[in-house]
Amino acid sequence: MIEIRNVVKQYGDKRVLNDVSTIIDKGKITSFIGPNGAGKSTLLSIVSRLIPKNSGEVIIDGKTLENWPNNQLAKKLSILKQSNHLSIKLKIRELVSFGRFPYSNGYLTKEDEIYIDQALDYMQLKDIQDMYLDQLSGGQRQRAFIAMVLAQNTDYILLDEPLNNLDIKHSVEIMKMLRNLVDDLGKTIAIVIHDINFASCYSDHIVALKDGKIVDEGDIDRIIRKDLLGEIYDMEFSIADVNNMKLCVYY
Amino acid sequence: MKKRYLILLLILLSIVSVFIGVKDVSLRDILSFKDEGLQVMLLSRIPRLISIIVAGMGMSISGLIMQSISRNKFVSPSTAATMDSAKLGVLISLLLFASSKPLHKMLVSFIFAIAGTLLFMQILKRIKFQNAIFIPLVGIMLGNIIDSVTTFFAYKLNMIQSISSWLQGDFSMIIKGRYELLYISIPLLVVAFLYANKFTIAGMGQDFAANLGLNYNRVVNVGVSIVALISSLVIITVGRIPFLGLIVPNIVTIFQGDNMRKNIFHTALFGAIFLLFCDILGRIIIYPYEIPISLTVGVIGSVIFLVLLVRGNR
Repeated sequence: MIEIRNVVKQYGDKRVLNDVSTIIDKGKITSFIGPNGAGKSTLLSIVSRLIPKNSGEVIIDGKTLENWPNNQLAKKLSILKQSNHLSIKLKIRELVSFGRFPYSNGYLTKEDEIYIDQALDYMQLKDIQDMYLDQLSGGQRQRAFIAMVLAQNTDYILLDEPLNNLDIKHSVEIMKMLRNLVDDLGKTIAIVIHDINFASCYSDHIVALKDGKIVDEGDIDRIIRKDLLGEIYDMEFSIADVNNMKLCVYY
Repeated sequence: MKKRYLILLLILLSIVSVFIGVKDVSLRDILSFKDEGLQVMLLSRIPRLISIIVAGMGMSISGLIMQSISRNKFVSPSTAATMDSAKLGVLISLLLFASSKPLHKMLVSFIFAIAGTLLFMQILKRIKFQNAIFIPLVGIMLGNIIDSVTTFFAYKLNMIQSISSWLQGDFSMIIKGRYELLYISIPLLVVAFLYANKFTIAGMGQDFAANLGLNYNRVVNVGVSIVALISSLVIITVGRIPFLGLIVPNIVTIFQGDNMRKNIFHTALFGAIFLLFCDILGRIIIYPYEIPISLTVGVIGSVIFLVLLVRGNR
């Protein structure tokens, strides 16, 4: 369980996060939604110690973030930011191997190789494992990065806009894989996501942010509501029930 | 590019290099311990060969490290103000210590090289416009500013002559007793090998490194220190060798990819081969005279550099 308590982040005079408290529950997909500048990505970066906070606490499995040694935390929690701009010439398998760095410091053991193979299998990258990242499509590349995080074998996986630049087919594919990770392997996943319908269809818990504050949080029925979403995004929404899923229409 | 062939080529060129020169030395002379031939070998030819190999490996790996941690293919010690700062350091040490032992020179120029490189890295962080060509241009500009400071003081103090002797890389002055400082770079190369993985991870960005529990700043500092130290060692013993740190890593990564664990060995070998080849060329073209190595490397290097630029823009 990750507890976020009264977190404040300030850039100059601007408060990007204002006294945010919430909980990321184990074994669930928690989605963070909200308009641009709501502070979703900032929150995720703070939880994963990529950027420092001004005040407040982040407690991961009972220990505050500051008390986690860097390389121990790397075995507990992983974060993937949007990284499609990477121009580095690396093979998929090499990238995935880096996921084992916290365990083996770059000197791969047999056990590491097993994890790497499993991750490649799981993300269906086995056949193309020797291709370079710059030869891949956006969806394949995203899968490669997720495979790396899988090889890292952490309980918590944080993803910042994993669907960015992906077409519908690949987006669905990634979300289904994330769902499986939670249902089959018992991972805990937190994602920042822009497409509310993906959040609605695939998450267990949604946290809605606006202007650095949590407006509301809860399960799908509680968050995917006409008035609440309208308030968050400042626009008209209508919600449709299709195949037991709640879909937002906002065009 | 197989490692085996590279090693074979290096050995072959080494043999050629040792037997080229004004004084004819044959294998029979050495085997029969003929005094003169043996002396030429031990005092001049072999020191020269060793310094070429060490400098070639050192400069190429420096370039590789720089390119990885700055995430830019066109950054190298000569396009990131490292070399120019090291040169300024040598001038300052000549002013500070009248004796100016090589070790003094090295230490002062090392401090300057580190400061100059870190300054460049700081500028790099602040540039919003991260264009592949723009960044090395900034580095070259910064280097030129530092260089003009050096030239200014050198003029004032009537030291232009000694300054220009470091400007041009030249192996013809290498004899026993004048190159041993270069050996310090061998342990540095070993450290670079051990850090290869970490440099690659750091090259994927600060967030990426932090996620894997890697201390990004420490790795970058280790990298910059290695580069600065090797650069100042080379500039003091051999002089400035342009392009080497730029083109060698670029050529190798085309074939081997950017995983440093996999390309660092090739880079070291290819760097030594390239420099040795240029040196041999410089010694044969106007035999029995010599063309300084900075010229042969400069000419061949700039042609390859242009080809890389054109390729990169496609």
